[in-house]
Amino acid sequence: MNLKIRRAQNKMFEFLFILALSIAMLVLLVLLVQIVIDALPRLSMQFVTSFPSSEPSEAGIYPALIGTLYVIGIMTPIAFFIGTGAAIYLEEFSKKNALNSFIQLNIRTLAGVPSIVYGILGLTIFVRGAEFGASLISGAFTMTLLVLPIIIVAAQEAIRAVPRARREAALALGATKWQTVARAVLPSAVPGILTGMILAVSRAIGETAPLIMIGAFTFVAFLPESLTDSFTVLPIQFFNWIARPQDEYHELAASGILILLLVLISLNITAVWLRNKYQKRI
Amino acid sequence: MMQEQGIEMFKDKRKSIMNWLMPKLLFLCALVSIGTTVGIVWTLFGETVAFFKQVTVFDFITGTQWTPLIDPRSYGVLPLLLGTFQVTLIACLFAFPIGIASAIYLSEYAPNRVRKVVKPILEVLAGIPTIVLGYFALFFVTPQLQKIFDTMGIFNALSAGICVGIMIIPMISSLSEDAMNAVPKKLREGAFALGATRFEVATQIVFPAALSGIIASFVLAFSRAIGETMIVTVSAGATPKIDINPLDSIQTMTAYIVQVITGDAAHGTIEYQTVYAVGMTLFIITFLLNIVALLIARRYREEY
Amino acid sequence: MEKAIRIDGLNVYYETFHALKNIQIEALPARAITALIGPSGCGKSTFLRTINRMNDLVPGSRVDGKIIINGVDIYDQQVDVEALRKKIGMVFQQPNPFPKSIYDNIAFGPRLHGVTKKSELDEIVESSLRQAALWDEVKDKLKKMAYDISGGQQQRLCIARAIAVNPEILLMDEATSALDPISTIKIEELAQELKSKYTIIMVTHNMHQAARASDHTGFFLNGELVEFATTEQLFSNPGDERTESYITGRFG
Repeated sequence: MNLKIRRAQNKMFEFLFILALSIAMLVLLVLLVQIVIDALPRLSMQFVTSFPSSEPSEAGIYPALIGTLYVIGIMTPIAFFIGTGAAIYLEEFSKKNALNSFIQLNIRTLAGVPSIVYGILGLTIFVRGAEFGASLISGAFTMTLLVLPIIIVAAQEAIRAVPRARREAALALGATKWQTVARAVLPSAVPGILTGMILAVSRAIGETAPLIMIGAFTFVAFLPESLTDSFTVLPIQFFNWIARPQDEYHELAASGILILLLVLISLNITAVWLRNKYQKRI
Repeated sequence: MMQEQGIEMFKDKRKSIMNWLMPKLLFLCALVSIGTTVGIVWTLFGETVAFFKQVTVFDFITGTQWTPLIDPRSYGVLPLLLGTFQVTLIACLFAFPIGIASAIYLSEYAPNRVRKVVKPILEVLAGIPTIVLGYFALFFVTPQLQKIFDTMGIFNALSAGICVGIMIIPMISSLSEDAMNAVPKKLREGAFALGATRFEVATQIVFPAALSGIIASFVLAFSRAIGETMIVTVSAGATPKIDINPLDSIQTMTAYIVQVITGDAAHGTIEYQTVYAVGMTLFIITFLLNIVALLIARRYREEY
Repeated sequence: MEKAIRIDGLNVYYETFHALKNIQIEALPARAITALIGPSGCGKSTFLRTINRMNDLVPGSRVDGKIIINGVDIYDQQVDVEALRKKIGMVFQQPNPFPKSIYDNIAFGPRLHGVTKKSELDEIVESSLRQAALWDEVKDKLKKMAYDISGGQQQRLCIARAIAVNPEILLMDEATSALDPISTIKIEELAQELKSKYTIIMVTHNMHQAARASDHTGFFLNGELVEFATTEQLFSNPGDERTESYITGRFG
C-alpha cells in the first residue's frame, strides 16, 4: 500500500474513533439536558421538604432523601471498617496459601454478582432470617455487602501503592508489624481508600434493585425513627413515580433525578480530585 | 557496654497484644467476603430446591411458556432467558464498537490533556444510576425511536438494550484501555521505527497484544448487562414471550424478579420460589461469565 | 578496642541461593566506623541487614550462625526483633522520610516506644536534629513537610530519625549513593562526629568513601568475607590478592 493511502486510512480511523468517543459523551449530554428540561417545571425548595402525595403539585422527596441519608450513614462506617480491614489483611498479613488466594478470587467474583442477587440475599438473611423486616438496618446491611468488593479492591490498590521504603523505615525504628501498618502504611493509603469509599457511596446512593428486594418499595408517609423502621430511598421513589401513567409524576421523577445526579457528580469530582492529588504525591 | 543493656532486647509482652490481635480481626473482615458468597449460594439453593420439588429441572430449562402468576401456570424459563439475551445482545452490539473505539483513541491517539478531561466524563457516565437510564429509555429513547419505527411499543427490547449499552460503554472502554496501556512501549516504538502509522500500530501491534484483556472486558460487560435490573424493569416490559422482534415488549429474568417481589406473592408459595429459581439461574450464568473473564484476563497478565 | 559485635559462622540463604558463606568476625569495633565494600551482589547489603534482622522480612530467607551483640545472640528465640531494631538504627539508600512534618518524622520512633509527653518529644527532636547537624537549617520549619527540604537534608533527617530512638549501632546502607557530592561530604563528616557515640557500619559501593571515611573495612566477594582489617591496612597492604585486585580497580 502506498504511503498516501496509509496516511489517509490512519486519518479516517482517527476520525471514526473520535466519533465513537463523541457519541458516548454526547449521550451523557443529551441525558443531562433531557433531565433538566423535564425537571424544571417541578423543581423547588418545597419539592425537597415535602412528603410524597397523591397530588403531584404538593409531592416531594423528603422521606426518600432522609431514607437514603440513613442507609448511607449506617452503611458507610461498617463498610469502611470491614472493607479496609479485609484489604489490610490481604495486602499486609496474608500468607501465600490456598485460602488467601481463594478469598482474593472470591472478592473479584463478588464484584460481578448482579445487585439484584444481593437483594435476594438481604431478603433471605436479614429481612426473614434475622427478622429485621423491611427495615433500615436490613437495607444498610444489604448495601454493605454490595459495596464491600469495591472498597476492598480500591483499598488494596492504595495499600499496594505505598512504597516499601516507608515500611522499612518504620520497621527499622523498631515498629511492630501492626505499628508499621497503622502508622506508616495506612496514612499514605488514606486518599486512595477514601476515593474507593466515595465511589462505593455513589454506587450505593444510586442502587435500586437490592432495596426493592428487601421490601423498601412502599408508600412511605413518615420518617424512619429507629433502625427497625421501614423506609424508602430516592431511586425507589423515582421508580414509583416513573411507573405511574401521568406525566406530572414523570416530571417529579426528573426533578428528583436531577438532584440525585448533582450529588453524584459532585462526589465523582471529589473522587477524581482526590486521586489526582494523591497520584502526584506518590 | 553492659550485659544489662542486652536484656532490653528480650520480649516485651505488653506491646505485642495489638500485634497479635489485629491480624486476627482483619482476617475476620476478609472472611466476610467468603460469608457473602456462602450466603448467596445457600440462600438461593434452599428455595430453589423447594421449587424443583414441584417443577422438574427439564421443564424449567426447556419450557417455552413462563406464566407462573396466571392460570394456566407454566414454568418454562426460556422466554425470560431469551428476553434477557435479546436485551444483552442489543446492548453489546451498541456498546462494543463504541467502547473499543473510545479505548483505542484514548490509549493510542489522544493527547494527555484530552485524556484528562474525557476520562472523568466517562466516569460520570459510569456512575449514572440505572434507574436514571431507565427513565431515559422510557421517556427519551423510545419516543425518539417511535418516530422511526411506528410499530414500536412503549415497552420494547430495543430502547432497553440501547440504554443497557450506554451503561456498559464506560466499563468496556476503561478496562480495554487498561489492557492496551499494559502493552509495553517498546513494542509500539519498534513498529513506529519501521514507519507504521498510528492506526497500524494500534490494530496490528497493540490490539492483538491486548486482545485477551479486551475480550475479558467484553465478557465482564456482557455479564453486567445480563444482571442489569432497573433499565429493563422500567422500559422493556413485563410480557415474557419468545419474540425476536426488538420493537416488542419482552421480560428479562431480573425484571421478572422485581415484578414478583413488588407484587403480592406470599412467602412459601411457588410464585415466591420462582424468584429464587430465576435468581439462581441468573447467578450461575453471571458467575460462570465472571470466572471466564478472570481466567482470560489472568492469561494476558502472564504474557508480559 | 572495644568490641560491639561478634559474628560467628554466619550463613544466609535465599531459597537455595547461598548469599553469605560462613562469615566470621571476631570483633567488629564499637564507636568507630566500619565500611563494607565489594562488587554489587557480593552480600554486603545482606550482611548489613542481618544485623538488625531486616532480612527476616524476605520470604524464603534463612539464617544460621550467630551474631552476638552485648553478649546476646540476636537470632536467639528469646530476642524481641522490635527491641533489637530499636537498638540498631538504619539509614537507607534513598532518603525515605514519612510524608509527615519534619517534627513528626523525628518523633515517630519515640512515639512508637511510648514517649507521649510534648516537652520530652520536643527535647528529643531538638537533640536528634542537632546531632544530625540539621537543627540550624530546619529549626524554623519543623512543621513543614519533610519532602520540602533537599535530598541531602532529607537523608540527614533520616539519620536524625534513627538517632531519636537512642540506638547503639547505626547501619548505613549506601546512604550517600543517591546524593550529590556536597551532601555526600556532609554525611561523611556527620558520621565522623557521630562515631564518638555510635557504632557505625556503612555499606558503600564507593571505595574512596570507604578509604577516607572509615576506620575498619570489610571486603566481600561472592558471599564471602575475604578480608576484614583496619582501613589503613586493607587499602595500603591488603592481605588477599582478590582484595588487591578490587581496590586497584581490576574488577567491580
